[in-house]
Formats: sequence, structure tokens, C-alpha cells
Amino acid sequence: MIRALAIGFLIAVLLAALLPARYEKQFRDSPNAGPSRQFPLGTDDLGRDRLSRLIYGTRVSLLLATAAALLSCAVAAALGGIAGLGIADTVIVGAADLFLSLPWLFLLLMVRACLPLNVSPMVSVTITFLLLGALGWAAPARVVRAAVRKLSVSDFMLQARATGCPQWRLLWRHLMPNAMPILLAQLWITIPAYVLAESTLGMLGLGVMEPLPSWGNLLRELEGGGIAGHPWLLAPVLLLAAVVGSFQAVVEREDYSV
Amino acid sequence: MRLLLFTFATALLGGELRFALHQEPKTTDPLLMADESAEAIGYLTDGVLIRINRLTQRPEADLAMSWKVAKDGTKITFQLRQGVKFPDGSAFTAEDVVKTFHRLLDPTLHSPIADTFKTEKGSVKVSAQGPFAVVAEFPAPTASIESIFDQVAIGSGLGPFLVAERKSGVSIVLKKNPSYWKKPLPLVDTIRIDIEQNRDIELVRFRRGEIHLIDKLTPDLYERLAQDAPGTAVDAGPTLDSEFLWFNQAKRAPIPEPTKEWFRSTAFRHAISQAIQRADLCRVVYRGHATPAAGPVAPSNKLWFKEGMAPEAFDPAAAARLLAGDGFRLEKGVLRDRSGNAVEFSIITNAGNKTRERMAVMIQEDLTKLGIKINIVTLDFPSLLERMTRTLNYEACLLGLTNVNPDPSELMNVLLSSASNHPWNPSQKTPETAWEAEIDRLMLAQAATADHRARKKSFDRVQEILREQEPVVYLLHPNALSAVSKQVTGVKPTAFFPRTFWDAEHLSTTPKPAGGG
Repeated sequence: MIRALAIGFLIAVLLAALLPARYEKQFRDSPNAGPSRQFPLGTDDLGRDRLSRLIYGTRVSLLLATAAALLSCAVAAALGGIAGLGIADTVIVGAADLFLSLPWLFLLLMVRACLPLNVSPMVSVTITFLLLGALGWAAPARVVRAAVRKLSVSDFMLQARATGCPQWRLLWRHLMPNAMPILLAQLWITIPAYVLAESTLGMLGLGVMEPLPSWGNLLRELEGGGIAGHPWLLAPVLLLAAVVGSFQAVVEREDYSV
Repeated sequence: MRLLLFTFATALLGGELRFALHQEPKTTDPLLMADESAEAIGYLTDGVLIRINRLTQRPEADLAMSWKVAKDGTKITFQLRQGVKFPDGSAFTAEDVVKTFHRLLDPTLHSPIADTFKTEKGSVKVSAQGPFAVVAEFPAPTASIESIFDQVAIGSGLGPFLVAERKSGVSIVLKKNPSYWKKPLPLVDTIRIDIEQNRDIELVRFRRGEIHLIDKLTPDLYERLAQDAPGTAVDAGPTLDSEFLWFNQAKRAPIPEPTKEWFRSTAFRHAISQAIQRADLCRVVYRGHATPAAGPVAPSNKLWFKEGMAPEAFDPAAAARLLAGDGFRLEKGVLRDRSGNAVEFSIITNAGNKTRERMAVMIQEDLTKLGIKINIVTLDFPSLLERMTRTLNYEACLLGLTNVNPDPSELMNVLLSSASNHPWNPSQKTPETAWEAEIDRLMLAQAATADHRARKKSFDRVQEILREQEPVVYLLHPNALSAVSKQVTGVKPTAFFPRTFWDAEHLSTTPKPAGGG
């Protein structure tokens, strides 16, 4: 799956080199143009090439959603693992409950309003995704905690302990490899969730800053309809659906049972 | 007999008028209203002494049955309408007017409307002369005295509608005011005003027939509606509104010193203005439904627009020369100031306003050609207001101003350096620059005379100073784009706020026709 993700990202990078225009270039004489040889998916309302923006936006959304998912899963693994072993369990579970009860959208709006203004769009979007990652550890942490608790009293762990296996080896050789599939499943679930979260922020006009494209701000073109007679506007929806669907398919196909 | 028939027909009509506001009204106090939502509710529920007819732009009797302006323009005497009652049954008298003005002019209230009643020689004094006569005395001759009374709501509950129900963040329901003085009573029984921030959803609901009016339509939605439902999209022509960009010049603003220095440079501001393609903003973002701006006054305001003022010509080469003359230099595509700092700043605007976001993106590309890097930041409106008026923690801001009254007095609370809405450096104790002092003097002087020629001369000079200094880069004046459902009859759209429901008492609704819209 990681390979597929990398290939997808690489294709998006390579395709960008073949595009007729940079994603931010405004062809002001051709706003809202339909598909043509020059602009295969037409232009947006400022005359920017939609295909270039879609491909560049794919890079932004995929890369940063993956990074945010990795961050939250890393935090979840650390905290969930510790709690699962019975260390600071009450504190960590309480913190997870607190994070789950936070209205994350309002929290993100508040944090965004407090951020310094004069940052480039790339820095701004990175901060947004880091925040998403930092706030999203609670749900996977609970799953990891439950799995570690179950694993730590499993037969193979008892046997390993009985043979005098040291603590670090128990963790490194027995617990982690068995908990890893669960963590991976959480990662595959979290990536599309973050892609969708960015889209939500984008729809509110608070996601990735212009002129940087993302799936979120590309989807804003669909607000209020206007698809009739302009089916090419659905391209970001199809791409988003394909990516989210692919992640779900991977989770379903792979056996993560402990 | 005719009146009887009309009253009978009215009683049968009833119905509910529905439209949406884009944000919750910030206050219900009519003297503190500064946002458009609050003003809309106030317009429908409050009575004023004189109402400006949005269609003819002429003052009309409201709670004042008649009025007389003294020849020297220092005094206006109102004869109040008798028999007017508040919803609780108490009579409306001159004392209510006097109390309202005392409260309005109380400095501790900080009413944004109070600035309009100030002149360089002091404030207005309002006193009762008997139960139904009020005299307002100005310390100096005052221009277009009548029109400024349109802004002051006298108490609450004297308008055509009353607030019947308010669900915070969801809707406000107004009901017909049974004790409204004007007969016949409004044709609709209720007005349902939903709070709907998203303009696209507002349009979808309009198409479904869930709402009847869209008072302000964005150009893209206008075009879409004009194609899909011809006859419902209305362009009422150029407004007095303006869209503009300004730089934060406040000394106490927590922004880097070099940035403040750029913003205080007149050459820098002119260069920015020259590098922006206003014609493209009108053509691409507004789809042709806007006019490039030369200043705060729209050319459609023929009485006050300074003849010969043309919008700043798009000339990036001249802009580059101006910057070079001010010590800026272009190095590898990056503009740097004398100290070598790269010229980069952020422009804030309100999130969700796609028109402004697009304008910001176009300005960003225009300025990139000068080597200036712009970061666009969209903020939710409360955060934006907090930065603009309290913390002053921003660099440049792209926003618009809605003007109802063509008179220059309407701009007092923006142009006076002491005003809290003075965009580039608000609430100054004393003017920090000579040209701001000059603007203050001229604005107060024009407000202190009834002589139109003298006023015009003062205000022309204000427009010239604003053009010479360009603390605000005026971009364009949008047209008044609205949507009116075929279910509503009697709508006469105008270019002035409120565009579609300014005579709400005369509007009536009919059942939804087949096909919606």
C-alpha cells in the first residue's frame, strides 16, 4: 500500500512537469473556459488551468494528509501502547476522552485565527495538517491500547515471559510486530479522514491558502451546484472518492486480526 | 369604499416573506447597530423621524409628519405624528425623541451613528417644544440635515414589524406590528429571516422557493441565476459601495517596523495601486457588473463625485519606477527595501466571501510581477474584526464599505481620524499626519455648512487628498445584484441598502408557482 501511495504521488509529481501551465498562472482572458486542448479540464473562474491545479492539489492533499496521519498514529502508538501496558492508563484514557469530546472544527478555526498571518501558503497548510495530526491521536490510541492490553495477556506473551525473555525483547520482538497491523489499519483509515477534513476546511474557505490548490479548495467550485452542463467540475470529487475508496478497500482486504 | 376593499384584500393576502441574512445581528440596540444584519432588522422594526426613499433618494415623512429647516441650516423643527403608539400601548411623544438623542450623544455609549451628528463646533442639541414638536439645533450650519435623521431609530417597536421569535444563529421571525401608524398595515403577516452564511446554499434555497429574496447576490451567482431562472436576477445598476485595500499604518500595531515603514510610504502605496489591474477585477471577478474606483465616491453619485477623477491607470512600469525612487530594488525577482528586507506582507479578508478571495488572488498575481510576495489569509469575521479594531495585528486588509446615503456625511465615521472605523489608523487622539488633519478639518467643515458649493469644494479636496496619499487603494464599485422570486410582488429593487425589502410593508407573496424560483 505504501508503494501504491508513493507511486500515486510520484505520478502526480511527474505529471505536473508535463502540464501546459503552472497551477497559479491566471489566463484572465479565458475564465471559466470549457475543456480544450490547452486546458483539458477547462479553467476556473480566474482562468487557471484546472488540470494543473488538480494534479498539484493531489500532491498537497495526499502528502500532507499522509504526514498528518503518520503523526497522529505515532502519537497514538506511543500513548496507546503505554496505556495498554498499564502505565498512566487513567491519565491517557482521560486525555483521549477529552480530545474526542473537543469540537475539532471550532478548535481548528480558533487555532487558525491565532496563527501568525504572514506565512506562506505551504507553511500555513503544513501547520493546519500538523494540527489535524496532533488533535487526531485519541481515536487510534484507544484502539491501540485495547490491542496492547489483549496482546500483553496472550498465550505467546505468557510463554515468552515464562522462558525469561527480557522486557525490551518482549516489546520489540513480540508485542510490536503483533500490534503493527492494527496501527497500519488505523493509518489507512486516518489518511482519508484527514483528506476529507481538509476538504471541509477548504469548503469553509479556511483550508489551504490561495493560490495553493488542494482537493478542498477545488471542491469549493461545486458549492451551490452548477454541475449541469459542466461535468468536468466533478474531477476532484471522482479523484477524492477513488482515493478514499482505495484506502477503504485496502483495509477490508488485509487481515489485521490479532 | 376603495380603502375598505383594499383592507379586505390585504387581510386575505397575509403570507410570509422569507429571506436570509449572512450573519447573526451583533446587537439589538438600534443606536449601536454597525453591521448589516442588525441594520436590516432595525430597518424593519424601528421607526425614524425621516426615511430616505431608496428609490427616489428623497426624504419622506415617517414619525415626523413634517419638518422645517431654518434658513441658516442650523435648526430643524419636527412636527411629530400624533396617535402613534408603542406596542405596549403607550403614546409616542417628543420626549421619546429627546431621550433617544440624549442617549445617542452620550460619549459612554460609543454609538457609531453619533459621529454623524458632530461638527467641528460641537454636537447637536435636541429639545422638545410641546408634546409633538422637537427642535434639533446644530452649533453650525449643517448640510442635508434631513437625510442624517434616517439613521436614528427612535425607540423600538415603531416600525412596520416586531420581532416575534429569535433563535440564535438560526432565524429571526418578525410579525406585522398591529399598532404600526401607517395604514394599511403590511401586506405580509410575517417575515422569516434565516441566518445563512453560505451564499451558495442561499441560492439553492432561493431556487427551491424556500426564500424569496436575495438582497446581495455575488456576480457568479447572479450569472448562474440569470442563465437558469431568467427574470429573477436583477442588476439595479451601480451602487455607492466600494471594495478597497488598505495598509495598517497604526503606530501601535504589532507588526514588523520595516513593514510599517513601507506602508507609511506614499510612493509604496501609489506603486501598489498602479500595479493592480482594476479593469480585470471588474471583468473577471465581477463579470462586468462593477466599475473601477477612483476613490470612495462612486461616479454614479453625480452630486458628490469629483469631476475628472479617473481610476489609477494600470502601469506596472510606472509602479516599478516609483518603488525604485523610494529605495526599493528588484533582486532575482524579489523586491527588497533599502535595508535588504524582502517585501512580503499578508492581506486579510473575510473567509467565505469568494468574490473578495478572488480579488485577493488577482492582486496577489499582479503584485508578484513587482517582486512583492503576498500571503492571503481568510479569517472568520469575528477574528477579522478583532484584528482590525482591537489588536491591530494585521498588515493589509481587503474589505468593502456599504453606503446608503450619497451625502459625504455618511463617510464621517470612516474618514475622521478619531473614528473607530478609520481603516488605516483608527481612534487617533489627534491626527498623526498633516493630511489626515486636513481631511478632518474639511470633513467637519463640509458638515458645518448648508451651502452646497462650499461643501462640494471641501469634499472635492478630501477626494483629492485621498487620491494623493492613497491610504486606501480603492478598487471598484460593484453593481447592485439581487434576486427576486416570482412568488413576491411589489419589489422595486434599488442600488441602496436594503435593496429588495426597503418597502417591505408593500410586498406580498403568492403561492409557489410550478417550476420554483
